[in-house]
Amino acid sequence: MKRRICFAALTLLFALSLAAAQDMPRFRWENFTTANGLPNNHVFCVLVDGNRIWAGTEDGLGMYESGKWKVYRPKDGLAHQAVLSLAVDRRTGDVWAGTMGGLSRISAGRIDTFTQLNSGLSNDIVYGVGVRGDYVWTATAAGASRLNARTGHWDLYNERNTPMFEIWTYAVSPGEDKVYYAVWGGGVLEYDVATGHWKDYNDPDGETEMVLMKDQGLIHEITTSVSYVDKILWVATYFGASRYDGRYWHNFLTKDSGLPSNFLSQIKGVDASRAWFSTDKGLAYFDGTNWAIYRPALDTHKPEMLVRDTEGKKETRIPVDSAPAHNYILGVDFQGDDIWVATAEGLSHGIRQQNAVAQLRPAGTGGVRVSSLSKSTKESSSVVHH
Amino acid sequence: MPNARNNSAILRLGAKIVPIFALILVAIAAKPAPQTSQPQESERYLSPIEMAFSPDGRWLYVVCEKSDELRVVDMQSLKVVATIAVGHVPRGIVLSPDGREVYVTNSWTDTVSVLDSATLKIVRTLSTGAEPTGIVSDRAGQTLYVANRLSNDVSVIDLKTGEETKRLLAGRGASYLALSPDGKFVYGTHIYPNPASHRTQPNSEITVIDTARQVVVDRKELHNVAGVFRVALSADGKLGVAAQLRPKNLIPLAHVGHGWAFGDSLTLFGDDVNGIVQVPIDELDRYYVLPWGTVITPDKSKLFVTTANSESVTVIDIQKLFKFVHAHPQPFVNDLSASANYVTARIPVGRNPRGVVLSADGKRLYVANRLDDNITLINTATNKVVSTIDLGGPKTANALRRGEQAFFTARYSFQGQFGCSNCHIDATVDGLQWDLEPDGFGKDIVDNRLLENLAGTEPFKWNGGNPDMPTECGPRTEKFFYRSQSFTDQELTDVVSFVYSLPYRPNRNRLPNGELTPAQERGKAVFERTRTKRGQPIPESNQCGYCHSGPKFTNQQRFDVGTGKPTDRSPLIDVPQLPNVADSAPYLHDGSARSLEEIWTIYNPQDKHGVTNDLTKDELNDLIEYLKTL
Repeated sequence: MKRRICFAALTLLFALSLAAAQDMPRFRWENFTTANGLPNNHVFCVLVDGNRIWAGTEDGLGMYESGKWKVYRPKDGLAHQAVLSLAVDRRTGDVWAGTMGGLSRISAGRIDTFTQLNSGLSNDIVYGVGVRGDYVWTATAAGASRLNARTGHWDLYNERNTPMFEIWTYAVSPGEDKVYYAVWGGGVLEYDVATGHWKDYNDPDGETEMVLMKDQGLIHEITTSVSYVDKILWVATYFGASRYDGRYWHNFLTKDSGLPSNFLSQIKGVDASRAWFSTDKGLAYFDGTNWAIYRPALDTHKPEMLVRDTEGKKETRIPVDSAPAHNYILGVDFQGDDIWVATAEGLSHGIRQQNAVAQLRPAGTGGVRVSSLSKSTKESSSVVHH
Repeated sequence: MPNARNNSAILRLGAKIVPIFALILVAIAAKPAPQTSQPQESERYLSPIEMAFSPDGRWLYVVCEKSDELRVVDMQSLKVVATIAVGHVPRGIVLSPDGREVYVTNSWTDTVSVLDSATLKIVRTLSTGAEPTGIVSDRAGQTLYVANRLSNDVSVIDLKTGEETKRLLAGRGASYLALSPDGKFVYGTHIYPNPASHRTQPNSEITVIDTARQVVVDRKELHNVAGVFRVALSADGKLGVAAQLRPKNLIPLAHVGHGWAFGDSLTLFGDDVNGIVQVPIDELDRYYVLPWGTVITPDKSKLFVTTANSESVTVIDIQKLFKFVHAHPQPFVNDLSASANYVTARIPVGRNPRGVVLSADGKRLYVANRLDDNITLINTATNKVVSTIDLGGPKTANALRRGEQAFFTARYSFQGQFGCSNCHIDATVDGLQWDLEPDGFGKDIVDNRLLENLAGTEPFKWNGGNPDMPTECGPRTEKFFYRSQSFTDQELTDVVSFVYSLPYRPNRNRLPNGELTPAQERGKAVFERTRTKRGQPIPESNQCGYCHSGPKFTNQQRFDVGTGKPTDRSPLIDVPQLPNVADSAPYLHDGSARSLEEIWTIYNPQDKHGVTNDLTKDELNDLIEYLKTL
């Protein structure tokens, strides 16, 4: 009897694990390198703008459209060849590029550049950029800047007018009611749009890498990315990730989640429960319960997809034929159900595949909803029927 | 008693005479004084600048820039039948596709007046960017596009809500728009060149907006072009034409005899010419200056171009133009013999012709003579003037009007090559730097300066070499620039009166209540400070408010602020006035600072142009925010 119960439990666990594995999005990966037009293989950031894909690299900004790459470099007016961040103004179509030498606006092929010498920009090293309404928010090596693109007025935010004790701002996520900054070594800053007040969130353990009390607050002071979606803040650090709902924090570490590495360059929330994590050991997706990891295997470099449970204790290997160009992931963006990934060795296009659940599910169990990757396409999620 | 009778007679006589004298005195007092600098109300000139027909062709709506009016002409009687007050300095007009509404841009009030064409009442007023000028409606009548000259963008206005939904980035001095015949695109032109590196060729653009997505999808680059004016499209949409100026500002202005001052030309674009082609309209020994208005006949046989500073309309045979363009490799825009191959007529019209429209059948051309307050009617088959429509302005020109007429003409210069308003476009600037040969070749490169409210800012020129305006406008302009000596004393007086009469444009950086924002307040404190942040006293002569003092923020002196270049004959620079300084980029005497920031971030390493190197970036930003309010 005991054996039967044990067997039944194991079978159930396996079935659940298999079901979780089958629910996770699968991709066929196409990779771009300098061999097929990418300006440089070291891709710092990627932006999807309709049918255009922008890739910020170590040596130029690439724009992929209709199967061709167009490259912008300083000789074309770009502020600097190293493009660290990208954002698009969805209303006007203008693309903003944060570089190591200033902020560039690319508008229908014309490039205007803002620097600390020719404009009110606080610093030329622009790690992050985001657009909300008329405002262009930047995260720079000397604090935050906000440009009103309509009036040309600049506001600077730094240690003099915010709780920013460290001015090395690294990323920004502007929302309708709040704007969040990742401050490298200074936690997270929150700007309240209605009141204009700033508030900081810091690691309750201080600057150490120890986590004394899990979920007591931000996981670490060295923050690298923020993503504010559905009033949920997702934070990436070099020592784990955090989720904050305005009241409670939940932290993610390799030791207690499916995260493949605690070293994160970017985090991108899909909604309140789902997010993508760009780590040095692969691209990770969290669907609110389980995890999926996409990468070339760290040892064999063969394409790999792993599905892990909430705590990362159960792992299922999904057979795949392709993987992102490299395991060191620096950023992602979504194109409908597809995903574009910036890696240390090329740009990758994850083309969404229909999961093969029909063959694996027992007959008569019905269909399974395939989650959409991006918020923008959430409403048009498809259903695969048996 | 006889004495009393005599006295009584004298009194009676006096009683008769005194009223007569009094009437004479009243009449004398009422008569405008000669050389008056301010026109009386009865002399309010109209300055018609743009026009539009009602869909049935019955009414011609005329925008009057100076009188702040829209005048309506009955095309049967050719009489003005209505006058409607609109906003300040109106400049553009378009009708809704169904003709029920008339939209007029008010460039100094940053609005669009919406008129009901049946009642001719203003039914609502829409907000725009700074200095709205050109305007078009989409084909559905749901969206307005407005070119904003000072904010360098295009307002997209939802006519259902009346709200400006977004601003699209245009070029500098966005001014004129045209809708493609299929309604899919809006083409925009600009009266100033786009910002560029110091002493490089000016470039402008034609901004192309996709009306379905309401975003800018293309920017057609116009090389070596500064001011670009009206743009027109052929009925089949295959030919676009923009009127433009090609300034030759990189070489010394010593070669007027060689024709190396300005090139009056057109940019052609579209399928008919396979891309972008620039063509000249000047002749080898005669110039047709400041091409402004453009219109193409419905059958695409003729192109008409008003040449604002030459009091004429240039007529181009489009088939001959195509033949020449297709037979000659680019570029030939500097070959002034080319125009003889396609220009078929020059029709003299009134002073400063700007706006131009065709009747629906293309048989009649109407030209708004801005400085004559009338409209010339031309038969397009014969290229002959048929009649002139009087819009009802004053019949005589006072000193200011005469000065304005002299300012906006090229008739005084050698071969009619250019006038004051070639560089001071619409009495502003041209965004360019010039090498004026009186100083020597390659010496004293100078940036163009605003002309607003100049009284009390003497001397003139960046080196302060001209003590007064008559010297500035007289010997300097007419001899050195124009290569002529043709201003009479009266004309010179008139021009000076006109230039001195130019007011400040509205400052958009001030709060409506006149208060300063916190950033502007902080900047004011920086401007007025007497000590560095470390407490060291700043010498009085190096405090901002020392040189930039008085009501116009100039002490009218010359100083060496460390901005002199090796090519300057002297490092002493005239202190410029600061009001509306935000509108006059680039900066410094030679235009080497592309922005206000660069004055101090790049060109003040020794703290000679005020003490600024102790300022943080925030504080410098605050200072600039304050300067923009002046």
